[in-house]
Amino acid sequence: MNPEKVIFGFFIVLSLTLNFGFVLGEIDDPAHHHVYELFAVVVVNLIATILKFGDRSQMGAVLLATSLVAIMQLFAAVLVWVMAVHVNGVGLTETVTASIVSLSAGAMLANVVSVILLIIETVMLRR
Amino acid sequence: MNNIVFLIMRRMRLPLLTLVTVYAITVLGMTLIPGRDADGNLWHMDIFHAFYFVSFMSTTIGFGEIPYAFSDAQRLWVTFSIYVTVIAWLYAIGTIISLLQDKTFQRAVAERLFARKVRQMREPFYLVCGYGETGQTLVRAFTERGQHVVVLDRDEERIAMIQLQDLRDYVPALAADARHPLHLQEAGLPHPACAGVVAVTDDNLTNLKIAITSKLLHPDIKVICRADSRDVEDNMASFGTDEIVDPFETFARHLVLALQMPCLYLLQRWLGGERGAALEEPVYPPAEGRWLVCGYGRFGKAMVARLAREGIDITVVEARPDITGEPPPGYVLGRGTEARTLREAGIDEAVGLIAGTDDDANNLSIVMTARELRPDLFVILRQNHSENRDLVQAVNADMVMQPSAIIAERIRVLLATPMLSRFFSLAVHRENDWACELIARLIALLGDQVPLVRELQINVTHANALLRHLQRGEVVRLGEVLRDPWQRERKLCCLVLMVERRGEHILVPGDDFRVAAGDRLLVVGQESAFTRLAWNLGHDAALDYVLTGRPAPQGWLWRRLTRGAR
Repeated sequence: MNPEKVIFGFFIVLSLTLNFGFVLGEIDDPAHHHVYELFAVVVVNLIATILKFGDRSQMGAVLLATSLVAIMQLFAAVLVWVMAVHVNGVGLTETVTASIVSLSAGAMLANVVSVILLIIETVMLRR
Repeated sequence: MNNIVFLIMRRMRLPLLTLVTVYAITVLGMTLIPGRDADGNLWHMDIFHAFYFVSFMSTTIGFGEIPYAFSDAQRLWVTFSIYVTVIAWLYAIGTIISLLQDKTFQRAVAERLFARKVRQMREPFYLVCGYGETGQTLVRAFTERGQHVVVLDRDEERIAMIQLQDLRDYVPALAADARHPLHLQEAGLPHPACAGVVAVTDDNLTNLKIAITSKLLHPDIKVICRADSRDVEDNMASFGTDEIVDPFETFARHLVLALQMPCLYLLQRWLGGERGAALEEPVYPPAEGRWLVCGYGRFGKAMVARLAREGIDITVVEARPDITGEPPPGYVLGRGTEARTLREAGIDEAVGLIAGTDDDANNLSIVMTARELRPDLFVILRQNHSENRDLVQAVNADMVMQPSAIIAERIRVLLATPMLSRFFSLAVHRENDWACELIARLIALLGDQVPLVRELQINVTHANALLRHLQRGEVVRLGEVLRDPWQRERKLCCLVLMVERRGEHILVPGDDFRVAAGDRLLVVGQESAFTRLAWNLGHDAALDYVLTGRPAPQGWLWRRLTRGAR
């Protein structure tokens, strides 16, 4: 057992599960999407991305790419949140909530791809 | 490129992870701990403000408590946060700085810069492997002539020296092992502008490896190698190395030449010398009588073999025949630094002495002892290190053999003027008197400095005007062209040593020699003569003047008018 692989897999899967938990619920209902969950998703995704730095394999490069996509989507979601709540003072209206959730749903898709790649790599290793 | 990015990313992984984790924990703590607003109501900092606060807290610490004064619980958390974040930042920045100072990292950066510089070269260049004494002399000579050079050497200090040496051209250099094909490739071996590879490291096997790599990766390139053992030379020749330079063998040949044809030897010294140097005095080593050879190493063996072939009597003096191998019978055991050994070897009847050990101090001592016993002896001194130049000059030997200088001179001639090397290989078959006459002519023509030797071809780039003349079917003789374009009665201070025409070589053609298109001329002369000759060859007006005595009309109208008048 390679401890590096354990940590690596742990963070990739955790970023997917947290992301899923945040997206789950009515898309335009702010009560279903807690800000702390988004915070956790961002932090875990950042860690997962940094963990992929410096991996020279082809798989590592693709994983880094999907993680960067997820991070970008999440940053966009955070930006929308900050703009709505703190800068404009609009608050979490239905439109704002919907766009935040859809952006993080996009990030989730990237995380799904990451996990699928991880599974493929594992399966290939077994063979 | 990739190497550097990966190196940075790999090293920065842990510091970045630490930063992210520390930020996450402190931001989370700030949002969870309750505070009071201005009116005393319970208040929680939101994530956005917490992130803002932590960001400026960790980097500056000069901050206020915003937006409301903190509660004691918040202050406790902030105190903890300050220490954690500052440590995390120090760790991250420290890692970056230590990465920049890292040898591996710096080497990767230098290698990348070097490879890019070489890739961007557009004009022909030579790749010189080995920047010892030979390499340095060569690189200086090349850059003085406006020839581009790329240098590889294993020693970083030598590479660092290039910046201090005030060369005329920028010389890309890399401290790397030339035995690795990758480094040779980075140094431009497969580059289409690479004109040749010169392997002059002090290690035979390294030179061999460079030659093989060069011949395999760029077969039509010119490869010149230094070698000082028979085995390696044969090995190099077996796969088509263009020139193999053995300093000891070369010097042995020089000495034999000086014995048999002193004038030709002098000519060789003059024409092969470095530009601007003073012309050397002639030497006349005695051809009759016994020679003493001190030291039976690589040099001693080469000398003994050559001299024996010329039928000259030799006595070898060697201290450690068990290491060097058994010298020819009649040898004397000893270093030759003491009068007793030299007497035993028969210095009283000898005519010449070769101090040829690989130790400069011993060689100098041998020469001084020998001079005391026999002031009239002809002495040859082997100088191993160029820093002993002053000592060698002070001892005033008749001939000095310095391996690095010999190799550099030979390679310089081979690369700059290959026709000159051909000229000498043909001239050996002539009489000594012929060479003496040539010397006399050269002295009359040239001053007391080493002249310029150049190859010129009668083609479009070098001799456009002359080519047009020849194509019109006019007969042009050499003596007519080598005249001053300002005053045609005066001859130019230069001499054509050899003409190469379709594989044939004509040595020292006379004034009535008829020039043909495509001829390659080997010309020796003063610099001013070359500029004037270039005018004659390239410009119609100048050529017409030196051929006929009056300048031909240049413009269209004037040409019409004069044609009418004729």
